[in-house]
Amino acid sequence: MVGLRKIILEAAHHAGEGHVPSALSVLDILWVLYDKILNIDPKNPNHPSRDRFILSKGHASLGLYAVLGTKEFFPLSEIREFGKYNSRLGGHPDTTKVPGAEASTGSLGHGFPMSVGVALALKIQKSSSKVFTLIGDGESNEGSIWEAALLAAHHRLNNLICIVDYNHSTDRALSVGKLEKKFEAFDWETRSINGHNQADIFKALSTPSERPVAVIAETIKGYGIKSMENNPEWHHRSPKKEELRSFLEEIRAV
Amino acid sequence: MSMMRKQFVQTTERALEKNEKLALVLGDISVFGFRKAFEKFPDRVYNIGILEQTTISVAAGMAKTGLIPVVHTIAPFLVERAFEQLKDDFCYQQLGGNFVSVGASYDYAALGCTHHCPGDVEILRALPGMEIVVPGSAGEFDMLFNQAFDNGRPTYYRLSERENAATHPVQFGKAHIIKKGNEATIVAVGPALQAVLDAVGERDVTILYYTTVAPFDAETFKANCTSSRIILCEPYYQGGLASEISEAMGRRPHTIDFIGVPKKFLTHYGKAEEHDAALGLTAKDIRRRIENIIDRPFPKTIQDKEIMQ
Repeated sequence: MVGLRKIILEAAHHAGEGHVPSALSVLDILWVLYDKILNIDPKNPNHPSRDRFILSKGHASLGLYAVLGTKEFFPLSEIREFGKYNSRLGGHPDTTKVPGAEASTGSLGHGFPMSVGVALALKIQKSSSKVFTLIGDGESNEGSIWEAALLAAHHRLNNLICIVDYNHSTDRALSVGKLEKKFEAFDWETRSINGHNQADIFKALSTPSERPVAVIAETIKGYGIKSMENNPEWHHRSPKKEELRSFLEEIRAV
Repeated sequence: MSMMRKQFVQTTERALEKNEKLALVLGDISVFGFRKAFEKFPDRVYNIGILEQTTISVAAGMAKTGLIPVVHTIAPFLVERAFEQLKDDFCYQQLGGNFVSVGASYDYAALGCTHHCPGDVEILRALPGMEIVVPGSAGEFDMLFNQAFDNGRPTYYRLSERENAATHPVQFGKAHIIKKGNEATIVAVGPALQAVLDAVGERDVTILYYTTVAPFDAETFKANCTSSRIILCEPYYQGGLASEISEAMGRRPHTIDFIGVPKKFLTHYGKAEEHDAALGLTAKDIRRRIENIIDRPFPKTIQDKEIMQ
């Protein structure tokens, strides 16, 4: 995980751009997905029988790129180009450019409903592939999230797992409260976990269900870097040279 | 049920039969009309509910997974409510899908402004890659849909209760030449053709008939525009194709009149024909405007105050 965090911090530093705390918030979840859960071949990322992952909170793109690059969906060195004019790797992922990025997200409340469409289409096509999506608690303010939740439960899409990166970033604006109760009320199965405990994450993502599953993952925005953790100042800011040096020391020391 | 809407049911039923990738998604309308399709293709026909934003995203998810979605609901909810989903989930991601609306402009006059949608074509023209089809009759819808529904691009079909008397052999992406003449060039879009035909009578004008608005067939326009006096007649907000025509005219001096729905809330109810009369969109009104543009001297300079007024 140290290596992945380093990739994120360095890319944001070089680009002078990036949502670093969001990327660190979702990193354990993304790593477990791509390392242990998803049936997907980096050399053949569009194979029809693959499992799908859609990063609905597209601003955590740096986390996705770090994991996809490490898993060799594209050369890891490409992350140094993050955010540059001709780069494939932008502030939000573009599915037409990035191998392994299943959807172009960025505007909140789109990726989850698209995942419902993918899950429904896979059922129509009698495929056994699974669909995972990751939303944020801020994103859960969007009405389309709850439209999609209603629809997925109605069609009993048990091939769909929605992970909520619950880092409480929207508590200061419009709190979404007890998300377990809300998803249960929408007839989803819910699982509550520590979103930085990889054994918990694996268990929650690998246990089958008769219904769509919402995994409510308690996370810390900026996890791993004390001065960044839950600090809104860092939401969309890149580390300067001196900051980068001290952050790299901090993550190595853990 | 209007002729075009009945045709939509028949055309889609046939397409469901022929193409196993087609999936129909209804926004809780036309459910009775499609009752046979629900029985015959239970896996591919959905009454998805009243959630337009998610419906468009779900359709994009289906398109990602190899299906060809056909989404159907009333124009303002399909286009205006779910506009960003059309932009991000279909156009930006370059996915194919079909969006079939009913309730064009003020077809549903008595239901009021929430159910009017004269702005659909104009706002969809703002989306790079969105194709816009405005059939003028049920038969034309059938031809155009069959030509385009599986072309891998997002395509909007504007169905209307208003129809032209005749069906023309239209082609997707191409303008159809109704007649050639010298006094003026009239561009008529979809169901606006009927009033134009009633208005021109025997006048010696060119009529170019467009059922695909985007992409705009500039080639046919350039090759057949016989006069620098141009009248653009559209069934939605006026002036929709103005910039395309102006660009196609290039450096050729021209004068142009836009006939269409004025940009204001139509706060009366009643019937669509009553709105036509109030808005100056009857064949008689259009004839007067055609004569006006033909008979007025062509402005010589931009300072020609008498003419410019």
